[in-house]
Amino acid sequence: MSEHVVEATEEMTGEVEQETATALDLPGIIEQLKQKYPQIEVDEKLTVMVPGEALIGLMQELKDSYDLDHLSNLTAVDYPDEAKFEVVYYLNSIGHGYSIMLKTVVNRNKPVLDSVFPIWGGANWQEREVYDLLGIVFTGHPNLKRILLHDGFDGHPLRRDYEWVGGR
Amino acid sequence: MRTQEYVLNFGPQHPATHGVFQIIMTLDGETVVKAVPICGYLHRGIEKLAESRTYTQVIPYTDRMDYMAAMLMNLGYVQTVEKLMGVEVPERAEYIRIITGELNRLASHLLATGVYALDIGGLTGFVLCFRERERVMDLFEELCGSRMTFSYMRIGGVSEDFPEGWLDKLSNLMKMMPEYIEEYNGLITGNEIFQARTKFVGAVSAEEAINYSFSGPPLRATGINFDLRKQRPYGIYDRFDFEVPLGERGDSFDRFHCRFLEMAQSVKIIEQAIEQIKEIDGPIMAKVPKVIKPPKGEAYHEIESAKGILGYYVVSDGSNKPYRVHVRRPSFINLGMLDKMCPGWKIADIVAILGSFDIVLGEVDC
Repeated sequence: MSEHVVEATEEMTGEVEQETATALDLPGIIEQLKQKYPQIEVDEKLTVMVPGEALIGLMQELKDSYDLDHLSNLTAVDYPDEAKFEVVYYLNSIGHGYSIMLKTVVNRNKPVLDSVFPIWGGANWQEREVYDLLGIVFTGHPNLKRILLHDGFDGHPLRRDYEWVGGR
Repeated sequence: MRTQEYVLNFGPQHPATHGVFQIIMTLDGETVVKAVPICGYLHRGIEKLAESRTYTQVIPYTDRMDYMAAMLMNLGYVQTVEKLMGVEVPERAEYIRIITGELNRLASHLLATGVYALDIGGLTGFVLCFRERERVMDLFEELCGSRMTFSYMRIGGVSEDFPEGWLDKLSNLMKMMPEYIEEYNGLITGNEIFQARTKFVGAVSAEEAINYSFSGPPLRATGINFDLRKQRPYGIYDRFDFEVPLGERGDSFDRFHCRFLEMAQSVKIIEQAIEQIKEIDGPIMAKVPKVIKPPKGEAYHEIESAKGILGYYVVSDGSNKPYRVHVRRPSFINLGMLDKMCPGWKIADIVAILGSFDIVLGEVDC
């Protein structure tokens, strides 16, 4: 009985491996994504720029269809001159070995973005850090509190217009 | 009988928290019902400070994040800036980086082993591991003047070449290491009490580990073979022959054991590098301008540090100071699952679980 089950799974994984191995490396994946999500832009380093509304759909697709199951880095950069924040995601695929970098733009005057915590649990503390230091609010996050600074802290220090004293 | 839940504060000043780390535990008797980890007591604003320092001046800050494996922190940062600038590092410098990086990984794992034995209760293990760590730190002091925060790597190479006779001393130490590792094996790893306190404690499945972005020994303890030195070899790691130890159950013992076995692999890599560097002569620093001004753009680079995947994201605006530096800190991210892992265990098990992650608070809080 158990032997039969082992055989069946081996066969199944063999087939799946063949399918994905022929299709996929990073340029191949990006081509397929551009078909499904025409609103994304890709630059020459293969970084994908995705608008905020399409973020959750695209991220779920990346995890489910392309096995990008490891959220390696989630951070954000402040560009006050262009009135925007750029939130940067870097995903690894443990099984296949490729990685992809994605960016999304958030309005600096109203910094709200969907949380990817429902997709990757590793986003929990990383989104809290971005909220704490830069002030971007992630909707759908289970516990969006400050993590590195104390709870009563006023302001978001990593923003470029946060005053610092000391004159260096 | 009516019972009541009790809130116990574990830390931030506590010898078993590996630094200033706090867990607020809600207890039902001795069993933890809810755990809220609180970090941030060592937050020094390194990412903000980096924005007002030149690229070379950021290197000492990177030392002070994971102060136990400072060479590897330096390595990640300089490799990222080199990627941004397109600088190629000379071969001798690459070999020097491998030797010092792996030696530092060995020192960090020695500390992790000794301190974990201390957490579980065995002081002897702690003192023995530090005996070897002293030898490594003496070597580093002879090389770059510092025992812990080296600031040894530079953008384009390393700052100093090996002094006379340094490689021979290192070679002697590496010859003696397998014997010492056997000693720790008998004393710590094979100890019945140690195994009873760490086996099956805080077990994590492979899917959970990947979902929560674990990396380094906590990920490899669940059986996932993901080591950046093999997956995406950076520097010249593809010239060396070494294995990646894996665990089975993803519990505290496996996390400790992966780290323990990695020590022998580091010794192997260093011995191979010492052999290979004898034929390589040349500069230890590439031709980089005195004032480092990378072109406008960004770069993200990950290396396998002693604690896990260490990543640096550097954005340049064309001036001599970075626009933004973000550090993907493995200790910080590995702790993300702590509040889910703790409920159901007793207080002593929480110490075992926290110790098995081998966190360094300088890195957690940045």
